[in-house]
Order: sequence, then C-alpha cells, then structure tokens
Amino acid sequence: MTSIESPEAFDGHASVFAPSANERKALSVQQLLKLGFLAVTLLLLIPAAAILGVLVWEGAPGLTWEFLTTKPTDNGAAGGISTALVGTVWMTGVALACSLPLGVAAAIYLSEYARDNWLTRTINIAIVNLAGVPSIVHALFGIGAFVYFLQFGKSVLAAGCTLAVMTLPVVIVSTRESLQAVPQAFRDACWNMGATRWQTIWKIVLPNSGSGILTGLILVVCRAVGETAPIMFTGAVFFRQFYPSGLFDKSMALSYHLFSVSTHVKGVPAHIPFTVALTLILVVLSMNAVAIYFRMKLRGSKKW
Amino acid sequence: MVITAAAMPTATAQDSLLKVEDLSISYGDKTALSGVNFEVRRNEIFGIIGPANSGKTSFLRALNRMDEFQHRMSVSGRITFAGRDVSSIRNLYALRRMIGVVFPLPVGLPLSIYDNVALSPRLRGVRTKSKLDAIVERCLTRAALWDEVKDRLKSLGSLLSGGQQQRLTIARALSQDPELLLLDEFSIAVDPVTTMRIEEVLKGLRDEMTIVLVTNLVQQARRLADRTAFFLAGECVEVDQTEALFRGAKDQRTRDYLEGRFG
Repeated sequence: MTSIESPEAFDGHASVFAPSANERKALSVQQLLKLGFLAVTLLLLIPAAAILGVLVWEGAPGLTWEFLTTKPTDNGAAGGISTALVGTVWMTGVALACSLPLGVAAAIYLSEYARDNWLTRTINIAIVNLAGVPSIVHALFGIGAFVYFLQFGKSVLAAGCTLAVMTLPVVIVSTRESLQAVPQAFRDACWNMGATRWQTIWKIVLPNSGSGILTGLILVVCRAVGETAPIMFTGAVFFRQFYPSGLFDKSMALSYHLFSVSTHVKGVPAHIPFTVALTLILVVLSMNAVAIYFRMKLRGSKKW
Repeated sequence: MVITAAAMPTATAQDSLLKVEDLSISYGDKTALSGVNFEVRRNEIFGIIGPANSGKTSFLRALNRMDEFQHRMSVSGRITFAGRDVSSIRNLYALRRMIGVVFPLPVGLPLSIYDNVALSPRLRGVRTKSKLDAIVERCLTRAALWDEVKDRLKSLGSLLSGGQQQRLTIARALSQDPELLLLDEFSIAVDPVTTMRIEEVLKGLRDEMTIVLVTNLVQQARRLADRTAFFLAGECVEVDQTEALFRGAKDQRTRDYLEGRFG
C-alpha cells in the first residue's frame, strides 16, 4: 500500500512524496540487502584471488620453457612435464572431437525438429540429470563402456570418450540455448519461402549461433583439461616417458600428474606441484581467453 | 512440382487462382476461422479487411500449409490453388515457392542485402553469378529499393530501416517468382511515405501476379483492391467488388465497419 492511495494524500494535506513508515522500512531493508549482496560477492573473489596468488607465488619460478618441454624423470620428482601436457592435449582433443558434433547435432534436433511432447521432455530431464552425475561415476561408466565393452583398452581414446560423455550435456544445453536465441521470425520467413528445415538451419540459424557453440567448446575444454577421476581409470597413467603413439595408447595427463606428485611420489621438490597446478590453470585460462575473444568478435557484430 | 494431366486446371477454373471452400481453422479449442468461402481470380488484387482476431492471418497460414510448423493448428475444408487441393500437395516447398509472403513486421534476414534476395533462387538451385545478379537487381528495382542500396549490397539486410526492410522483404518474395503474393498488413510498421511507394509497386505488379492484401486500413483496400472481402470474428461476412462494397455493402456489419463504427 503506497501513500498515494491513502486518504490524506488525496486531501492534499500530506506531501505525496513524504515516505511513510512502511516505505522508510522498505528503503532501509533495500540498502542493507544491497550491501549484503555486495559483501558476499566480494567474499567470493577471495578464494579465487588466493588460489591464483599462491600458485603464482610458489609455482611461477619453476615454470620455464624447459619445464614444459622436457620429459619427467624419477616418477615426476624431477625433470619436466612434457608427456603429461601432450597427453592432456590428446585427451581433450578426443573429447572435443566426440562431444562437439554429437552435442551440436542433439541440440539442433531438440531446438529445431523436436515437438514439445513427453519424449522431448524426458530427453531434457535426462540431459539435466546427466550434467549432475558425479565425475567418478562417469569414470566407472567409461571403464565399463569404453575400456571393456568397446575394447578400447585403457587408452587416450577411452579417456577422451569418457570426458566427452561427461561434457555432452553442457554442449547440448549451451548450443540449444543459442539456437533458440535466433528469432523465430527468421525461420518463418525462410519456411514461407519454401526452404526446408535443414536449409533454414544451415543458412540462417547455425551461422547466428556461433557464440553458443563456442561457449560449449570452452566448457568442454575446461572440464576436460581439469578432470582427474574420469581419466585415471580409463587412460591416464601414473608415470610414462613416452608420448602416446596413437589413440589406443595410454598417456600421462596433467591433472592426474598433479594428483600424483602432490600425494603419491616421494621426494618431490616443494615447488613442483605448484608449478604443475599453475600450468594446468594457465592452459585453461588461455583456452578460455581465446574462445572469449572469438565470442566477443561474434557478438560484437550486431546482426539484427 | 509436376502437374499431371488430371490435375491441370480446367478452362472454367483458369481465371480462378485460388478457391476457398468451407474453410475452418482452429488452434486447440480456439476457433480462428469457421466455414469461409471465397475465390481469388488471376491477376487481381484481392483485399481482406476486418478487425484484429478475425482470422485473416490464419487463412494465410493455411494457404501456405504452415500447419507443418504449427502443431496445434487444425484445418478443415478445401483450399484449391492453381487447380490443386493444397492439402493433397506432397511437395510443400514448391507450393510455398509459388506463394510469396510479406509479414506485418519486416523481416530482413541476417544476411547481406544481396544474399537476402538471392536466397530463394539459390534454394531453387540457381548458382550462376550473372543470373543471380540479374535477379537481385530486377527484384530490388521492382520493390523500389535498388537506388537506395545498389552501392551497399554487401551490408546486412537486417540492419536496414523498417521501411527499407519491408521493401527488401517484398524483393525477396518477388525473387521466388511467385504466382501469388500475400501481404499481411505490410504497412503496420512502415511510415506513410514508404507505404505509398509500396502501394505503387503493388499496382505495377498486378499484371504479372495475383495479390492478396490483408490490411487493417480500409482505405488501403479501397485504393488497391479490385475485390474485397470483409472478415469478422472468423467469418467471411461479405465479398464484392471493392467500390460496390464501399458504396453499398449488403451486410449491416460491413457498413458499420467501413464507416468506422467499430474495429
């Protein structure tokens, strides 16, 4: 109830703009909440800044070109991390190659072809649930499905496929949302012109949803680079001085390497885990930066 | 689309391009059109007037068989276009190519101006650059837009002004080489000067194609249409020669609407 509706205001005796007790209370609550939300937001920045600060402080001195390009020795206690870095690139590459096309295809179906019926709703629920499955469960699925059933063995391929399954829902959701952001009027115009659904998708919808597809790509890369559990049973090894010879070979991986040098290996110099962690974060951040740059370029050119 | 001998229009149907018989359209339990009958002749401008929600746009959708994309839309009755019952046409893409549609809100596709107009020919399989160039220039010229955009054909069609986009939409519809041009309240988002230019364009097109003009401006129908139908609440109240309708409509509701007593 505002003061405008109160009878005094209509009589013209009280000023319409003088705050009532109610409004004064509302205003102070509003002020308090605004400050509270700001404080929480700032608080959240602390761990992010602290992580990055500690890693740079402890790890940066060890981060040399030589560290990145030489092979590890002594179970990772000495030498560099080149085989782990290369292994991570392989696994991420396989994950991308599997989950991007599959995810984009599924998103196209859900956004452009599927009717709103129980089947579609079930699929949507399944996607949301798949996104919530813990990564260790994906790891067990990966062992069963890729390592044993499809007989990929413990390999880069099996690890990449496991990562792909894990990231698929993210790709689907982000792509579907960007497809749906393309105005319906464009589709109507094309259909009325005699274009098929696919012609419409190919000529109009897909070219204008690049930013969502890129977002999916960023998320795949970040999760694939960082996850440990799904790959440690499916393709990543504790220590190896060789680069993977092919898709069916095992490999070291950065995230698993970080896990082992921080917990399992004896006699590791104190800075090495920090340097490995810093490398991992830099890989993710630089991938992000590239994708964000392209996304901004795509979004920057206003199309309608 | 191959028209077989049996489906060839007969001599009497020759001057009728479009025939609507007992057409009813509903969305779920909401009825948009109930039992409408009329006929559109070749090379005429056929006006459809009536207040909002009288089923005009639904008719356009049914004609273009957009029920494929509108899952809750159900159509009964019969629409005969170019001698064929549209509900029996399997190649809907050919049907839609023969019918150019202009929407109330201009839709410049997020392509260059050139590609906007070249899209339909390309979908038909025209690949030669010189042919495409010729089509683009011809269609833009006929839509009275060529002079304004000929120096920037590569810029985005979706960023043109509203009036220019609407003329681009018309050029795009013309690039389909349509038998029938459907205009659905094309002037709703267009300034009066552009509206007059488009009206001149339409008068020039009458010789080559048939035009169905859905409009909420009764005077626009009077200026352009040879014959006019009055739709009200899903019903086709009256169809007549435009002048006859405006001078003395038979139905009281039509007279009231034309004189501005409602709607």
